Amino acid sequence: MSDVLVQSPAEKKPLIGKKERKLITDPLSDNNPVTIQVLGICSALAVTTQMKPTMVMALSVTAVVALSNLVISIMRNAIPPRIRIIVQLTVVSVLVILVDQILKAYMYDISKQLSVFVGLIITNCIVMGRLEAYAMGNKPFPSLLDGLGNGFGYGAVILTVAFFRELLGSGKLFGFKVIPDALYEAGYVNNGLMMIPAGALFVVACYIWIQRSFAKHLEEKE
Amino acid sequence: MSTKGNSGTIIFALVVTTISAALLAAAATILKPAQDENVLKEKQQNILSLVGLTGPNDYKKFDELVQGLVIDQEGQVVQGVQAMSLDLALEKKLSTKNPLYKVRYPMFIYTDPSGRPTYLLQTAGTGLWGPIWGYLALDQDGNTIRSAIFDHKGETPGLGAEINTDAFEQQFIQKKVLNDQGEFVSVKVEKGKHDASMPHAVDAISGGTITSNGVSKMLEQDLACYLKYIRSQTIQTPQI
Repeated sequence: MSDVLVQSPAEKKPLIGKKERKLITDPLSDNNPVTIQVLGICSALAVTTQMKPTMVMALSVTAVVALSNLVISIMRNAIPPRIRIIVQLTVVSVLVILVDQILKAYMYDISKQLSVFVGLIITNCIVMGRLEAYAMGNKPFPSLLDGLGNGFGYGAVILTVAFFRELLGSGKLFGFKVIPDALYEAGYVNNGLMMIPAGALFVVACYIWIQRSFAKHLEEKE
Repeated sequence: MSTKGNSGTIIFALVVTTISAALLAAAATILKPAQDENVLKEKQQNILSLVGLTGPNDYKKFDELVQGLVIDQEGQVVQGVQAMSLDLALEKKLSTKNPLYKVRYPMFIYTDPSGRPTYLLQTAGTGLWGPIWGYLALDQDGNTIRSAIFDHKGETPGLGAEINTDAFEQQFIQKKVLNDQGEFVSVKVEKGKHDASMPHAVDAISGGTITSNGVSKMLEQDLACYLKYIRSQTIQTPQI
């Protein structure tokens, strides 16, 4: 796949052409890292009880995927093949630690809520997956876009999950109460299942179900 | 640069690691002041919240609101040490390495508008995976717990990590650390149902036995030392 891109004619192209746009939009739907490739599920379960930390997590992952894609792509011809995985891991770790340090300094409360999960971005399969599958064989700019696209794709899913989990689990959105007290007095109760990790599995499953019923071409042919 | 030979590989690895290390060291140094400030602010807010001072700006008046004090494990006041900068976990670590080391305890005294003092105490110990710690407000009688806060570094979510939830912390309110004879018995975190008729125990967290035991142990150890000081105070100033 990568060869096709490298050998494409070097004619003058707009900065964001059709191909580039596809790099961003594909991971949002037809090639979503979470719902189609089913990568990065564990953090999708762990950090999605509330919108606010989820948003920070989505941004952190996007920054890490995009920047590590860019860095690895710049170095791709110099990286000795025998140690390429460990080099990728080093780059990812450095970026993740930087993100973690910045969160600790400027968003302390959220960094406490995300706790170990920021550090665990290092092991998020999406990051390593994009580096191996894309950045190692493509130029820096498309790699950056690919990273951004996959980060957004991941973010879109975990934000959707967090939306339903926070709304149904604690009746709030971004920490603000949205379900009126009158409803609680009428007998409505928060759904405890949404507060535990298993709740996220149900939401992710529903997401995949709805997505596939709209995009029939994603179904595997029997 | 050759990317095939051994030397090329080693040089590449060296360059990558050196650059990474330099970047991380720079980031850690630059961001340290902001991070330390956050940690200090959180500690001050925790201590103040024990006596209900939870306003967003209360921590800025920390030094006016409470009086810091450092005591040693015999209950004697130690001069020349800032209570706020004393790291209890580190003190206890030093004492496990050197049995002769005297652990120094930070404490704060809050005097409410009616002149009634409350002792704000700190406690530190170990859970299953790492450090756990807590703050306690003890009434001037040196017996009744007014409130308690616990936290942990990395206990198991849903199990040991539950010690920092309100449900767990609120169990400590109105518990007594002395028995009817006035002897120190601490408050134990135990299995089973506990209510107001059991003033020295709270419910443990099911599935979080080692963390629960850690809480019991640190309370017993640390409260004993604080009480030595508090008792010496109550003898000097007759109770109202």
